[in-house]
Amino acid sequence: MSDTPLIDQLETGPWPSFVKDLKRVAARKPAAKDLLRQLDRSYKDKITHWKHGGIVGVLGYGSGIIGRYSDLPDEFPGVEHFHTVRVNQPSGWFYTTQALRDLCAIWDEHGSSILNVHGSTGDLIFLGTTTDQLEPCFAKLTAKGWDLGGSGSAMRTPSCCLGMARCEYSCYDTMDLCYQVTQEFQFDMHRPSFPYKFKVKCSGCPNDCVASVARADLSVIGVWKDDIRIDHAAVAAYQAGEIKPRGGGSPYDKLDVKADVTDLCPTACMSFDGKTLKIDNKNCNHCMHCISLMPQALRIGTETGATLLLGSHAPILEGAQMSWVIVPFMPMESPYDELKELTANIHEWWSENGKNRERVGELMLRLGMRAFFKGVGLEPPAQTVRTPRANPFFFWHAEDFEAEAAGRKYIKL
Amino acid sequence: MALDKAALVEFIYQLVAKAQGKKQLKAMDLQKAVLKEHPDQNKNDVKFAIKDLIDTGRCVYTYFGGSFVELPHEEGAAKKV
Repeated sequence: MSDTPLIDQLETGPWPSFVKDLKRVAARKPAAKDLLRQLDRSYKDKITHWKHGGIVGVLGYGSGIIGRYSDLPDEFPGVEHFHTVRVNQPSGWFYTTQALRDLCAIWDEHGSSILNVHGSTGDLIFLGTTTDQLEPCFAKLTAKGWDLGGSGSAMRTPSCCLGMARCEYSCYDTMDLCYQVTQEFQFDMHRPSFPYKFKVKCSGCPNDCVASVARADLSVIGVWKDDIRIDHAAVAAYQAGEIKPRGGGSPYDKLDVKADVTDLCPTACMSFDGKTLKIDNKNCNHCMHCISLMPQALRIGTETGATLLLGSHAPILEGAQMSWVIVPFMPMESPYDELKELTANIHEWWSENGKNRERVGELMLRLGMRAFFKGVGLEPPAQTVRTPRANPFFFWHAEDFEAEAAGRKYIKL
Repeated sequence: MALDKAALVEFIYQLVAKAQGKKQLKAMDLQKAVLKEHPDQNKNDVKFAIKDLIDTGRCVYTYFGGSFVELPHEEGAAKKV
């Protein structure tokens, strides 16, 4: 009889199974065999048998290694230590086959051979090694030009969509920004000094393929300021069924421009009379629905940059929070000094005021947007107003009276 | 008065050593403690003093629901030998 009867059942379904993969690895790696046996035991006992380590790492770094131990080391000696190594992924997850072979060879030699490509952090994850293998593994990685990613109360490895490398919608060079932010904040990535984790994710357009609005403390989402460019001949071709919607990625052959595009515009800023498509660009909220459906007819504007949003996270108890606009538009050009300076200011304000394990979004809600803007030195723009005010009281500070007396204007013409 | 590099490293080490087993200190706790005693100390000096302690192995980063700076000690989760 198999010693993993419960997880064996997972192989019987119609989908590819991780159990099958692990069994293949188990033929040459005892760690994988004990990993399967311990998992089966957890299914039986209905509890995890993993313990979180708190000390292991490589010299000089406080991030990148996550300690894992079995609480049944005598029963499953192969996973007595089963530490995770986070390897900083290349921007856009582009690898050469040689680079992948190098990584696999290193992990075959120093770990369980089990990879997670990629973890939800964005890093390439090496799953399962022992404490004594960490330093030699790290040495081999760095010799090949790789570095560890972030973990713990640190700047996490920034990630990005593949941007201009393959996507015509990208409003800025996400891969370049991701690389430059990674380089700029190396100290904060490897030496945890924040109240809690801080994630930066860069999306080239509001389609937000890396889901930065839901997953990043700082979301950098590409956007344009001017008008959507319209090719009226292509609009007619879509209407006539000569061009397939969504670049052929839709189950439908033909688009009804009015029903499928303009009537579904969330701000009703578009109209189509059967011949001419009109867009009231002032009221467009850049949802990308129309552009994604008719990519040959509509294109993003030419004055491009990014919207910065802050604060998304998903705590189990309180529920998820999306990022909140803090800068409606920032030009995104190398060397991105404005963004780097603002990010450093946010770190400073958060580190000064945040409690242990308080994400920057939670701090922003606790102290209020007013305190946040003042703390990081930003002007509060109207786009940060998420809901109409419900509180009739306004608390004036002494400096407000002084500014009033000095002739402060609230509406900038 | 601001401390020189060696004195600052030692000052931070003593903070960590005194807290060991009683309170886990984050890097920011150490910075605040230094600035309380030496308000004119540059914040970057504190960062690099902590780096010095970590790089020489006198202190380590630990993770117990948050990242802390502590003296090296035995991993509690590991199998006792």
